[in-house]
Amino acid sequence: MSKLDNIKTDLASKFNTANYKFVHAFGDDVLEIPKEDILPVLRHFKASQRFDFLMDICGVDYPTRQKRFDVVYHLFSSKDGSRLRIKCQLAENDWIDSAINTWVGADWFEREAYDMFGIKFNGHPNLRKILTHHQFVGHPLRKDYEADAQQHCTEPLPIHFNNEPGVDGSILNDRYVPLNIGPSHPAMHGTLRVMVELDGETIVRANPEIGYLHRCFEKMAETHPYNQVIPYTDRLNYCSAPMNNVGYCKAVERLLGVEIPPKAQAMRVVLAELSRIIDHIIAVGTGGVDLGALSAFFHLFTYREKVYTLFEKLCGSRLTVAMTRVGGMAQDTPEGWFDDVLAFCKDMRGQVDEISRLMLDNKIFIKRTQGVCPVTATEAVQWGYTGPLLRASGVNLDLRKATPYYGYDALNFDVPVGTSGDIYDRYLVRIEEMKQSIRIIEQICKNPPSGDYTIRDKGIVLPEKKDVYGNIEGLMNHFMLIIKGLRPPAGEVYDATEAANGELGFYLISDGSANPYRLKVRPPCFAIYQSFPSVVKGAMIADAIATVASMNLIAGELDR
Amino acid sequence: MNSADGSVLAKPDQSLATQSLDDMSRAYAFTTRLDDLVAWGRKNSLWPMPYGTACCGIELMSVMGPRYDLARFGAEVVRFSPRQADLLLVAGTITEKMAPVLVRIYEQMLDPKYVISMGACASSGGFYRAYHVLQGCDKVIPVDVYVPGCPPTPEAVLDGVMALQRMIAKHTPRPWKDQWKSPYEQTR
Ligand code: SF4
Repeated sequence: MSKLDNIKTDLASKFNTANYKFVHAFGDDVLEIPKEDILPVLRHFKASQRFDFLMDICGVDYPTRQKRFDVVYHLFSSKDGSRLRIKCQLAENDWIDSAINTWVGADWFEREAYDMFGIKFNGHPNLRKILTHHQFVGHPLRKDYEADAQQHCTEPLPIHFNNEPGVDGSILNDRYVPLNIGPSHPAMHGTLRVMVELDGETIVRANPEIGYLHRCFEKMAETHPYNQVIPYTDRLNYCSAPMNNVGYCKAVERLLGVEIPPKAQAMRVVLAELSRIIDHIIAVGTGGVDLGALSAFFHLFTYREKVYTLFEKLCGSRLTVAMTRVGGMAQDTPEGWFDDVLAFCKDMRGQVDEISRLMLDNKIFIKRTQGVCPVTATEAVQWGYTGPLLRASGVNLDLRKATPYYGYDALNFDVPVGTSGDIYDRYLVRIEEMKQSIRIIEQICKNPPSGDYTIRDKGIVLPEKKDVYGNIEGLMNHFMLIIKGLRPPAGEVYDATEAANGELGFYLISDGSANPYRLKVRPPCFAIYQSFPSVVKGAMIADAIATVASMNLIAGELDR
Repeated sequence: MNSADGSVLAKPDQSLATQSLDDMSRAYAFTTRLDDLVAWGRKNSLWPMPYGTACCGIELMSVMGPRYDLARFGAEVVRFSPRQADLLLVAGTITEKMAPVLVRIYEQMLDPKYVISMGACASSGGFYRAYHVLQGCDKVIPVDVYVPGCPPTPEAVLDGVMALQRMIAKHTPRPWKDQWKSPYEQTR
């Protein structure tokens, strides 16, 4: 009996499933139900521990349909790594029950669906804009909103705290000191903004404001052909750009039903693990800067530069590489590249120890981070934490082990797990992960697979340049693919990879045309950051800064 | 000065001090115009304020970092406070939501101040022709040097800094800079 049949019999015993639809699409289990049943079904799955994670909630717009919106819930089970997608249809002025009492992590995802589509969630305590600015009118991800219709913002948003239910957030308590941190503040990372109310140095309430880097990734994806979306994915998590490429291409390839050759898989794994190392370097290095340790930053960035040199050698560009293509890689590795990577690994191995001596064995660092703002395993799951932060809280979940892809199951590596979920554990987990990544890379580079670096399907991959310029067939092939674009069959997939800071998911809907119909990204740090007000409540202001640093928030994927 | 026992303590030799000052003024002659001297000083002691919002901000870290080392150009002290900086390095996408913040920071900087726009996004909105992205930070603040690239290589950023240094040395600031008014003045 398949998993979907299991769910079917399970639900039939509790609910009236006459008008439920059970679909198995492109390897995903999908359940379509009426909106009244959404909340009971979600509660049932959670109570029976069938699914313990709510990974994402998003909307889709079909303007020609009578009930124009789809609300989509993505569930995940950490036990067997299975996923389920629940969908329901909603008319323009209709509403749906909020899932926030079942999973607290639904909070920001519902606000985003409201902001982007105008979908109303009944019972959400704080349903207001999240990504667009406060003077913005309309819901930009609706199909009838023009992609380039800019609306100017003329004044910054004043301090307010309406993220707590039952409190008027614009009225400040005059017993406390309101403090605005960011955006562009010495202590805050770039575009992040946190408003806090202080009693002395203790935080009474906090309110993070995001959207200062909302670059409309999802709208841009809808207006570009599949391969042209790849550079945009680079700029989601720009600290580990190749991982986003891999995640996106993997989703498109699943929709197309193609498998990439072993050489391409190996290259993707090596690129992904190198990116994991440099991403953790940024997290640890800038985390140190936030605690006042500048030298670690300079030391670590030497090694980041070395990885950049490897990227440069591979494809000519450093930060934003756009190295993958649908169907494989853009080009082959240059002569001796794998050996260069091996040499780097040898170098890096010693350096990781040095870094942990410099940072983690430092008394000040320990005092500032150990036992500070801990998050328990249950809370972490509730909020939808993934990646190093979830593992620091003591949950052993890594998609590379849970649902292996690209031959991760054949590689030898361990998944570090913390105990207390405090800031110190988060850095420990990251440092250990760097060592494990080195192990993975070495296993592959010692014996890289031979063969082609891409599939050779004429409808998907451009022909080689010598054919384009050398014979008429290659020229026509190139011509057709550029003009017509690559066209996956109509359908939808959700595909996730283990990125440096957690599960990076792409929910891709194709209507058979050359552009994606909808591309929803599930960024890891979005779910994590929404827990920030409750994590730092009652902590010192300096601890809040340390917490932000340890969460590894990348504004590009947070705001998209 | 008389001490308690009435003896006279040795005085520092006043005449010697004047003599050495006098020598120095003879040895160094500043054969330049005063404004050239000031420009020379300005160009070699830029204090940048990094306004890194996105991917370019990460690349800017590399420019400051160990290999490329912006410090070699006299632009040593990175200050995150607009009051302490005279060079605003806009690195990354400026969204509509961010634009008023950028203007306020620019207003808070003290004259003379310069702006380098790093990367396609800051200069023109880049490949984000999108509903929430400001199509270039020069829509709201005056820019002296545009550095192309997405992201620009660190070498290109250093080249931009050198271009700005030449502009300062040759007194060729942007002509429209003095007429700049805050685009939000009417609404304030
Ligand atoms: S110019 Fe390119 S690299 Fe720079 S912020 Fe824009 S998208 Fe990122």
